Amino acid sequence: MAGDGRLRVEVVSPERTLFSGDATQVVTRTMDGGEIAFLPGHIAFLGALVENHTRIHLADGTVQDVAVHGGFVEVAPDHVTVLSDAAELAQQIDVERARRARERAEQALRAGHDAETESALRRAHARLAAVGGLDPAQH
Amino acid sequence: MAGGQERILRGRIRSVQATKKITRAMELIAASRIVKAQQRVSAAVPYSERITEVVKDLAAGSSGTDSPFLAPRPEIKTTCYVAITADRGLCGGYNAGVLRATEGEIKADVLRSRGYLVIPVGRKAEGYFRFRGYTLGRSFSGFSDAPSYADAKSIGEYAASLYLSGEVDRVELVYTRFISAGSQEVVRRPLVPLGEEVVSGGDGRSASGASYEFEPGPEKILETLLPRYVEARIYAALLNAAASEHAFRQRAMKSATDNAEELIKNLSRVMNRARQDSITTEIMEIVGGAEALSAN
Repeated sequence: MAGDGRLRVEVVSPERTLFSGDATQVVTRTMDGGEIAFLPGHIAFLGALVENHTRIHLADGTVQDVAVHGGFVEVAPDHVTVLSDAAELAQQIDVERARRARERAEQALRAGHDAETESALRRAHARLAAVGGLDPAQH
Repeated sequence: MAGGQERILRGRIRSVQATKKITRAMELIAASRIVKAQQRVSAAVPYSERITEVVKDLAAGSSGTDSPFLAPRPEIKTTCYVAITADRGLCGGYNAGVLRATEGEIKADVLRSRGYLVIPVGRKAEGYFRFRGYTLGRSFSGFSDAPSYADAKSIGEYAASLYLSGEVDRVELVYTRFISAGSQEVVRRPLVPLGEEVVSGGDGRSASGASYEFEPGPEKILETLLPRYVEARIYAALLNAAASEHAFRQRAMKSATDNAEELIKNLSRVMNRARQDSITTEIMEIVGGAEALSAN
Protein backbone atom coordinates (compact mmCIF):
# COMPACT_ATOMS: atom_id res chain seq x y z
CA MET A 1 0.00 0.00 0.00
CA ALA A 2 0.91 3.64 -0.25
CA GLY A 3 1.68 3.74 3.44
CA ASP A 4 4.94 1.80 3.27
CA GLY A 5 6.40 3.96 0.53
CA ARG A 6 6.46 1.31 -2.18
CA LEU A 7 5.03 1.20 -5.64
CA ARG A 8 3.97 -2.05 -7.22
CA VAL A 9 5.32 -1.73 -10.76
CA GLU A 10 4.29 -3.84 -13.72
CA VAL A 11 5.44 -3.57 -17.31
CA VAL A 12 2.96 -5.48 -19.43
CA SER A 13 3.21 -6.24 -23.13
CA PRO A 14 0.51 -8.09 -25.06
CA GLU A 15 2.63 -11.21 -25.20
CA ARG A 16 3.56 -11.36 -21.53
CA THR A 17 4.29 -9.50 -18.33
CA LEU A 18 7.81 -8.23 -18.84
CA PHE A 19 8.56 -6.99 -15.39
CA SER A 20 6.90 -6.84 -12.03
CA GLY A 21 8.38 -5.71 -8.75
CA ASP A 22 8.42 -3.13 -5.97
CA ALA A 23 9.90 0.28 -6.63
CA THR A 24 10.30 3.64 -4.96
CA GLN A 25 10.15 5.77 -8.10
CA VAL A 26 9.29 5.45 -11.78
CA VAL A 27 10.40 7.97 -14.41
CA THR A 28 8.87 7.97 -17.88
CA ARG A 29 7.85 10.38 -20.63
CA THR A 30 4.28 11.21 -21.68
CA MET A 31 3.09 12.42 -25.04
CA ASP A 32 2.63 16.11 -24.25
CA GLY A 33 4.00 16.52 -20.79
CA GLY A 34 7.63 15.45 -21.14
CA GLU A 35 9.42 13.51 -18.42
CA ILE A 36 7.33 12.63 -15.43
CA ALA A 37 8.25 10.86 -12.21
CA PHE A 38 5.88 8.89 -10.04
CA LEU A 39 6.48 8.49 -6.33
CA PRO A 40 4.41 6.43 -3.93
CA GLY A 41 1.18 8.24 -3.13
CA HIS A 42 0.89 9.85 -6.56
CA ILE A 43 -2.71 10.62 -7.45
CA ALA A 44 -4.50 8.45 -9.99
CA PHE A 45 -3.08 9.20 -13.41
CA LEU A 46 -3.50 7.97 -16.97
CA GLY A 47 -1.06 8.97 -19.67
CA ALA A 48 -0.06 8.10 -23.20
CA LEU A 49 3.67 7.50 -23.58
CA VAL A 50 6.10 8.28 -26.37
CA GLU A 51 9.17 6.16 -27.21
CA ASN A 52 11.33 6.69 -24.19
CA HIS A 53 13.78 5.35 -21.70
CA THR A 54 11.79 4.50 -18.58
CA ARG A 55 13.67 4.13 -15.30
CA ILE A 56 12.27 2.07 -12.47
CA HIS A 57 14.07 2.75 -9.19
CA LEU A 58 13.65 -0.53 -7.38
CA ALA A 59 13.12 -0.93 -3.67
CA ASP A 60 16.60 -2.48 -3.29
CA GLY A 61 18.30 0.61 -4.71
CA THR A 62 19.05 -0.68 -8.19
CA VAL A 63 17.55 0.81 -11.31
CA GLN A 64 15.73 -1.20 -13.94
CA ASP A 65 16.02 0.48 -17.33
CA VAL A 66 13.31 -0.21 -19.88
CA ALA A 67 12.99 0.97 -23.45
CA VAL A 68 9.27 1.65 -23.90
CA HIS A 69 8.20 2.18 -27.50
CA GLY A 70 4.97 4.00 -26.91
CA GLY A 71 2.09 2.83 -24.79
CA PHE A 72 0.21 3.91 -21.71
CA VAL A 73 0.80 4.33 -18.05
CA GLU A 74 -1.81 3.86 -15.38
CA VAL A 75 -0.91 5.14 -11.93
CA ALA A 76 -2.58 4.79 -8.55
CA PRO A 77 -1.10 5.75 -5.16
CA ASP A 78 0.29 2.25 -4.68
CA HIS A 79 0.95 0.97 -8.18
CA VAL A 80 2.20 1.88 -11.63
CA THR A 81 1.29 -0.16 -14.70
CA VAL A 82 3.01 0.43 -18.00
CA LEU A 83 1.07 -1.01 -20.95
CA SER A 84 3.13 -1.15 -24.07
CA ASP A 85 2.84 -3.21 -27.23
CA ALA A 86 6.61 -3.02 -27.58
CA ALA A 87 8.86 -2.68 -24.56
CA GLU A 88 12.26 -4.16 -23.82
CA LEU A 89 14.18 -4.51 -20.60
CA ALA A 90 17.70 -3.10 -20.81
CA GLN A 91 19.25 -6.57 -20.39
CA GLN A 92 17.36 -7.85 -23.46
CA ILE A 93 18.49 -5.11 -25.82
CA ASP A 94 21.04 -5.88 -28.49
CA VAL A 95 23.22 -2.76 -28.39
CA GLU A 96 24.94 -3.41 -31.69
CA ARG A 97 21.66 -3.88 -33.48
CA ALA A 98 20.21 -0.73 -31.97
CA ARG A 99 23.28 1.22 -33.02
CA ARG A 100 23.05 -0.06 -36.56
CA ALA A 101 19.34 0.74 -36.61
CA ARG A 102 20.10 4.27 -35.50
CA GLU A 103 22.68 4.73 -38.25
CA ARG A 104 20.31 3.36 -40.84
CA ALA A 105 17.52 5.65 -39.69
CA GLU A 106 19.79 8.68 -39.61
CA GLN A 107 20.95 7.99 -43.13
CA ALA A 108 17.41 7.52 -44.35
CA LEU A 109 16.39 10.79 -42.71
CA ARG A 110 19.10 12.65 -44.56
CA ALA A 111 17.50 11.48 -47.79
CA GLY A 112 14.04 12.53 -46.74
CA HIS A 113 11.71 12.63 -43.75
CA ASP A 114 8.91 10.22 -43.19
CA ALA A 115 7.02 9.16 -40.11
CA GLU A 116 8.23 5.56 -40.18
CA THR A 117 11.96 6.27 -40.16
CA GLU A 118 11.49 8.99 -37.57
CA SER A 119 9.81 6.54 -35.22
CA ALA A 120 12.51 3.95 -36.00
CA LEU A 121 15.11 6.53 -34.96
CA ARG A 122 13.19 7.32 -31.77
CA ARG A 123 12.99 3.62 -30.96
CA ALA A 124 16.70 3.17 -31.51
CA HIS A 125 17.34 6.19 -29.26
CA ALA A 126 15.12 4.81 -26.52
CA ARG A 127 16.94 1.46 -26.69
CA LEU A 128 20.37 3.02 -26.55
CA ALA A 129 19.38 5.35 -23.73
CA ALA A 130 18.08 2.38 -21.75
CA VAL A 131 21.37 0.51 -22.02
CA GLY A 132 23.33 3.69 -21.32
CA GLY A 133 24.94 3.46 -24.73
CA LEU A 134 23.67 6.80 -25.94
CA ASP A 135 26.26 9.48 -26.40
CA PRO A 136 24.82 12.49 -24.53
CA ALA A 137 26.12 14.90 -27.18
CA GLN A 138 23.89 13.27 -29.76
CA HIS A 139 20.81 13.10 -27.62
CA MET B 1 -4.28 -67.52 -56.21
CA ALA B 2 -4.36 -67.44 -52.39
CA GLY B 3 -0.65 -66.63 -51.93
CA GLY B 4 -1.02 -63.52 -54.10
CA GLN B 5 -3.84 -62.26 -51.90
CA GLU B 6 -1.68 -62.72 -48.84
CA ARG B 7 1.07 -60.60 -50.37
CA ILE B 8 -1.37 -57.82 -51.26
CA LEU B 9 -2.70 -57.79 -47.68
CA ARG B 10 0.81 -57.67 -46.25
CA GLY B 11 1.50 -54.59 -48.40
CA ARG B 12 -1.64 -52.86 -47.23
CA ILE B 13 -0.84 -53.54 -43.59
CA ARG B 14 2.61 -52.07 -44.08
CA SER B 15 1.17 -48.92 -45.61
CA VAL B 16 -1.39 -48.49 -42.82
CA GLN B 17 1.38 -48.96 -40.28
CA ALA B 18 3.43 -46.20 -41.91
CA THR B 19 0.42 -43.88 -41.87
CA LYS B 20 -0.20 -44.71 -38.23
CA LYS B 21 3.34 -43.69 -37.36
CA ILE B 22 2.80 -40.31 -38.99
CA THR B 23 -0.57 -39.65 -37.36
CA ARG B 24 0.81 -40.73 -33.99
CA ALA B 25 3.71 -38.29 -34.35
CA MET B 26 1.36 -35.47 -35.33
CA GLU B 27 -0.85 -36.28 -32.37
CA LEU B 28 2.07 -36.02 -29.96
CA ILE B 29 3.33 -32.80 -31.51
CA ALA B 30 -0.13 -31.22 -31.32
CA ALA B 31 -0.50 -32.33 -27.69
CA SER B 32 2.75 -30.68 -26.70
CA ARG B 33 1.84 -27.50 -28.60
CA ILE B 34 -1.53 -27.19 -26.85
CA VAL B 35 0.27 -26.63 -23.58
CA LYS B 36 2.49 -23.92 -25.07
CA ALA B 37 -0.46 -22.27 -26.82
CA GLN B 38 -2.44 -22.31 -23.60
CA GLN B 39 0.42 -20.61 -21.77
CA ARG B 40 0.47 -17.92 -24.42
CA VAL B 41 -3.26 -17.38 -24.04
CA SER B 42 -2.90 -16.90 -20.30
CA ALA B 43 0.24 -14.74 -20.68
CA ALA B 44 -1.79 -12.33 -22.80
CA VAL B 45 -4.54 -11.98 -20.19
CA PRO B 46 -2.95 -9.28 -17.96
CA TYR B 47 -2.47 -6.88 -20.87
CA SER B 48 -5.96 -7.29 -22.25
CA GLU B 49 -7.54 -7.00 -18.80
CA ARG B 50 -5.64 -3.81 -18.03
CA ILE B 51 -6.31 -2.23 -21.38
CA THR B 52 -10.01 -3.02 -21.06
CA GLU B 53 -10.08 -1.35 -17.65
CA VAL B 54 -8.29 1.70 -18.97
CA VAL B 55 -10.66 1.98 -21.96
CA LYS B 56 -13.63 1.85 -19.60
CA ASP B 57 -12.24 4.46 -17.27
CA LEU B 58 -11.31 6.72 -20.15
CA ALA B 59 -14.69 6.43 -21.82
CA ALA B 60 -16.31 7.37 -18.52
CA GLY B 61 -13.81 10.13 -17.81
CA SER B 62 -14.07 11.86 -21.16
CA SER B 63 -17.48 13.41 -21.63
CA GLY B 64 -19.16 12.72 -24.95
CA THR B 65 -16.38 11.07 -26.92
CA ASP B 66 -16.88 11.25 -30.64
CA SER B 67 -14.27 8.67 -31.52
CA PRO B 68 -15.46 6.82 -34.63
CA PHE B 69 -14.43 3.56 -32.95
CA LEU B 70 -17.12 4.02 -30.33
CA ALA B 71 -20.07 5.34 -32.32
CA PRO B 72 -22.08 2.70 -34.17
CA ARG B 73 -23.04 3.74 -37.71
CA PRO B 74 -26.76 4.54 -38.15
CA GLU B 75 -27.05 2.15 -41.08
CA ILE B 76 -25.05 -1.02 -41.58
CA LYS B 77 -24.46 -1.35 -45.29
CA THR B 78 -21.35 -3.48 -45.35
CA THR B 79 -20.04 -5.91 -42.79
CA CYS B 80 -16.48 -7.11 -42.74
CA TYR B 81 -15.73 -10.60 -41.44
CA VAL B 82 -12.30 -11.56 -40.20
CA ALA B 83 -12.36 -15.37 -40.50
CA ILE B 84 -9.55 -16.97 -38.53
CA THR B 85 -8.60 -20.49 -39.63
CA ALA B 86 -5.47 -22.64 -39.79
CA ASP B 87 -2.82 -22.68 -42.49
CA ARG B 88 -2.94 -26.46 -42.71
CA GLY B 89 -5.61 -29.10 -42.74
CA LEU B 90 -5.60 -32.44 -40.90
CA CYS B 91 -7.37 -30.91 -37.94
CA GLY B 92 -10.86 -32.39 -38.18
CA GLY B 93 -13.71 -29.94 -38.32
CA TYR B 94 -11.68 -26.96 -37.13
CA ASN B 95 -11.50 -25.03 -40.39
CA ALA B 96 -14.90 -26.16 -41.60
CA GLY B 97 -16.58 -24.81 -38.45
CA VAL B 98 -15.25 -21.28 -38.89
CA LEU B 99 -15.79 -21.29 -42.65
CA ARG B 100 -19.37 -22.52 -42.33
CA ALA B 101 -20.20 -19.88 -39.71
CA THR B 102 -18.71 -17.12 -41.85
CA GLU B 103 -20.39 -18.30 -45.02
CA GLY B 104 -23.75 -18.49 -43.23
CA GLU B 105 -23.43 -14.86 -42.13
CA ILE B 106 -22.43 -13.75 -45.61
CA LYS B 107 -25.42 -15.52 -47.17
CA ALA B 108 -27.73 -13.86 -44.64
CA ASP B 109 -26.21 -10.49 -45.53
CA VAL B 110 -26.67 -11.10 -49.23
CA LEU B 111 -30.32 -12.06 -48.69
CA ARG B 112 -30.86 -8.77 -46.85
CA SER B 113 -29.05 -7.12 -49.77
CA ARG B 114 -26.23 -5.86 -47.62
CA GLY B 115 -22.62 -5.83 -48.63
CA TYR B 116 -19.87 -7.93 -47.09
CA LEU B 117 -16.12 -8.26 -47.22
CA VAL B 118 -14.05 -11.19 -45.99
CA ILE B 119 -10.59 -10.84 -44.51
CA PRO B 120 -9.28 -14.41 -44.56
CA VAL B 121 -6.70 -15.20 -41.90
CA GLY B 122 -4.94 -18.51 -42.51
CA ARG B 123 -4.34 -20.24 -45.83
CA LYS B 124 -7.39 -22.47 -45.52
CA ALA B 125 -9.80 -19.52 -45.29
CA GLU B 126 -8.15 -17.81 -48.21
CA GLY B 127 -8.33 -20.88 -50.42
CA TYR B 128 -11.95 -21.57 -49.50
CA PHE B 129 -13.31 -18.09 -50.11
CA ARG B 130 -11.19 -17.39 -53.16
CA PHE B 131 -12.26 -20.62 -54.84
CA ARG B 132 -15.93 -19.80 -54.26
CA GLY B 133 -15.54 -16.30 -55.61
CA TYR B 134 -16.38 -14.27 -52.49
CA THR B 135 -15.32 -10.65 -52.21
CA LEU B 136 -12.01 -10.67 -50.37
CA GLY B 137 -9.95 -8.02 -48.71
CA ARG B 138 -6.28 -8.51 -48.00
CA SER B 139 -5.46 -11.94 -46.68
CA PHE B 140 -3.11 -12.85 -43.87
CA SER B 141 -1.45 -16.22 -43.41
CA GLY B 142 1.63 -18.08 -42.35
CA PHE B 143 1.36 -17.73 -38.58
CA SER B 144 -1.70 -19.73 -37.52
CA ASP B 145 0.05 -22.10 -35.11
CA ALA B 146 2.07 -19.44 -33.26
CA PRO B 147 0.75 -15.93 -33.93
CA SER B 148 2.77 -12.93 -32.75
CA TYR B 149 1.51 -9.54 -31.69
CA ALA B 150 2.94 -8.03 -34.88
CA ASP B 151 0.60 -10.28 -36.89
CA ALA B 152 -2.38 -9.05 -34.87
CA LYS B 153 -1.19 -5.50 -35.36
CA SER B 154 -1.10 -5.72 -39.15
CA ILE B 155 -4.58 -7.24 -39.23
CA GLY B 156 -5.83 -4.58 -36.80
CA GLU B 157 -4.39 -1.73 -38.81
CA TYR B 158 -5.94 -3.03 -42.00
CA ALA B 159 -9.36 -3.65 -40.42
CA ALA B 160 -9.33 -0.24 -38.73
CA SER B 161 -8.42 1.50 -41.99
CA LEU B 162 -11.31 -0.24 -43.77
CA TYR B 163 -13.66 0.86 -41.03
CA LEU B 164 -12.42 4.43 -40.73
CA SER B 165 -12.47 5.01 -44.49
CA GLY B 166 -16.15 4.03 -44.49
CA GLU B 167 -15.60 1.04 -46.76
CA VAL B 168 -17.22 -1.19 -44.16
CA ASP B 169 -19.62 -0.20 -41.37
CA ARG B 170 -18.64 -2.83 -38.87
CA VAL B 171 -16.04 -5.53 -38.42
CA GLU B 172 -16.66 -8.90 -36.85
CA LEU B 173 -14.25 -11.63 -35.83
CA VAL B 174 -15.10 -15.26 -36.50
CA TYR B 175 -12.80 -17.63 -34.68
CA THR B 176 -12.69 -20.70 -32.47
CA ARG B 177 -12.64 -19.93 -28.79
CA PHE B 178 -10.51 -22.20 -26.64
CA ILE B 179 -12.45 -23.13 -23.51
CA SER B 180 -10.42 -26.15 -22.45
CA ALA B 181 -8.42 -28.89 -24.13
CA GLY B 182 -11.67 -30.82 -24.41
CA SER B 183 -13.99 -28.12 -25.69
CA GLN B 184 -13.78 -25.27 -28.15
CA GLU B 185 -16.52 -23.33 -29.88
CA VAL B 186 -16.84 -21.19 -32.97
CA VAL B 187 -17.80 -17.66 -31.97
CA ARG B 188 -18.59 -14.45 -33.79
CA ARG B 189 -17.62 -11.29 -31.94
CA PRO B 190 -18.02 -7.65 -32.93
CA LEU B 191 -14.65 -5.89 -33.21
CA VAL B 192 -15.46 -2.33 -34.29
CA PRO B 193 -17.37 -0.29 -33.47
CA LEU B 194 -16.82 -1.25 -29.87
CA GLY B 195 -20.03 -2.37 -28.24
CA GLU B 196 -21.70 -0.52 -25.39
CA GLU B 197 -20.68 -3.23 -22.95
CA VAL B 198 -17.02 -2.58 -23.69
CA VAL B 199 -17.00 1.06 -22.69
CA SER B 200 -19.71 1.21 -20.05
CA GLY B 201 -19.09 0.11 -16.51
CA GLY B 202 -16.05 2.30 -15.95
CA ASP B 203 -16.40 5.12 -13.48
CA GLY B 204 -13.41 7.24 -14.47
CA ARG B 205 -11.88 6.44 -11.14
CA SER B 206 -8.99 4.25 -10.17
CA ALA B 207 -9.43 1.32 -7.83
CA SER B 208 -8.66 3.55 -4.89
CA GLY B 209 -11.65 5.76 -5.70
CA ALA B 210 -9.83 8.93 -6.74
CA SER B 211 -10.64 10.29 -10.18
CA TYR B 212 -7.90 10.16 -12.78
CA GLU B 213 -5.69 12.91 -13.99
CA PHE B 214 -5.02 12.63 -17.72
CA GLU B 215 -2.03 13.62 -19.75
CA PRO B 216 -2.63 14.39 -22.58
CA GLY B 217 -6.42 14.87 -22.41
CA PRO B 218 -8.68 11.80 -22.16
CA GLU B 219 -9.90 12.21 -25.77
CA LYS B 220 -6.37 12.16 -27.08
CA ILE B 221 -5.36 9.14 -25.00
CA LEU B 222 -8.48 7.34 -26.15
CA GLU B 223 -7.55 8.09 -29.75
CA THR B 224 -4.22 6.27 -29.41
CA LEU B 225 -5.57 3.65 -27.03
CA LEU B 226 -8.51 2.35 -29.07
CA PRO B 227 -6.42 1.02 -31.98
CA ARG B 228 -4.24 -0.77 -29.40
CA TYR B 229 -7.37 -2.18 -27.81
CA VAL B 230 -8.61 -3.50 -31.16
CA GLU B 231 -5.21 -5.11 -31.75
CA ALA B 232 -5.26 -6.72 -28.32
CA ARG B 233 -8.69 -8.19 -29.12
CA ILE B 234 -7.43 -9.62 -32.40
CA TYR B 235 -4.32 -10.97 -30.72
CA ALA B 236 -6.44 -12.73 -28.09
CA ALA B 237 -8.59 -14.20 -30.88
CA LEU B 238 -5.52 -15.42 -32.77
CA LEU B 239 -4.10 -17.07 -29.66
CA ASN B 240 -7.42 -18.74 -28.90
CA ALA B 241 -7.62 -19.94 -32.48
CA ALA B 242 -4.08 -21.34 -32.34
CA ALA B 243 -4.77 -23.25 -29.12
CA SER B 244 -8.02 -24.58 -30.59
CA GLU B 245 -6.26 -25.61 -33.78
CA HIS B 246 -3.79 -27.73 -31.83
CA ALA B 247 -6.57 -29.26 -29.74
CA PHE B 248 -8.58 -30.11 -32.86
CA ARG B 249 -5.52 -31.54 -34.58
CA GLN B 250 -4.66 -33.68 -31.60
CA ARG B 251 -8.18 -35.11 -31.50
CA ALA B 252 -8.27 -35.70 -35.25
CA MET B 253 -4.88 -37.41 -35.21
CA LYS B 254 -5.79 -39.51 -32.22
CA SER B 255 -8.85 -40.88 -33.98
CA ALA B 256 -6.80 -41.44 -37.14
CA THR B 257 -4.27 -43.43 -35.09
CA ASP B 258 -7.03 -45.45 -33.45
CA ASN B 259 -8.59 -46.10 -36.81
CA ALA B 260 -5.26 -47.25 -38.23
CA GLU B 261 -4.87 -49.69 -35.35
CA GLU B 262 -8.33 -51.07 -36.02
CA LEU B 263 -7.55 -51.45 -39.72
CA ILE B 264 -4.30 -53.25 -39.01
CA LYS B 265 -6.10 -55.65 -36.67
CA ASN B 266 -8.76 -56.48 -39.24
CA LEU B 267 -6.31 -56.77 -42.11
CA SER B 268 -4.02 -59.11 -40.18
CA ARG B 269 -6.99 -61.29 -39.35
CA VAL B 270 -7.94 -61.53 -43.01
CA MET B 271 -4.32 -62.08 -43.99
CA ASN B 272 -3.87 -64.91 -41.47
CA ARG B 273 -7.00 -66.57 -42.69
CA ALA B 274 -5.80 -66.30 -46.28
CA ARG B 275 -2.46 -67.84 -45.31
CA GLN B 276 -4.20 -70.65 -43.44
CA ASP B 277 -6.41 -71.27 -46.45
CA SER B 278 -3.51 -71.42 -48.83
CA ILE B 279 -1.64 -73.88 -46.54
CA THR B 280 -4.74 -76.07 -46.26
CA THR B 281 -5.16 -76.04 -50.02
CA GLU B 282 -1.52 -76.96 -50.53
CA ILE B 283 -1.75 -79.89 -48.09
CA MET B 284 -4.90 -81.07 -49.80
CA GLU B 285 -3.11 -80.93 -53.12
CA ILE B 286 -0.11 -82.87 -51.79
CA VAL B 287 -2.29 -85.47 -50.16
CA GLY B 288 -4.39 -85.73 -53.29
CA GLY B 289 -1.27 -86.07 -55.42
CA ALA B 290 0.28 -88.73 -53.12
CA GLU B 291 -2.91 -90.75 -53.13
CA ALA B 292 -3.12 -90.62 -56.89
CA LEU B 293 0.50 -91.87 -57.11
CA SER B 294 0.01 -94.72 -54.58
CA ALA B 295 -3.14 -95.84 -56.43
CA ASN B 296 -0.95 -96.42 -59.42
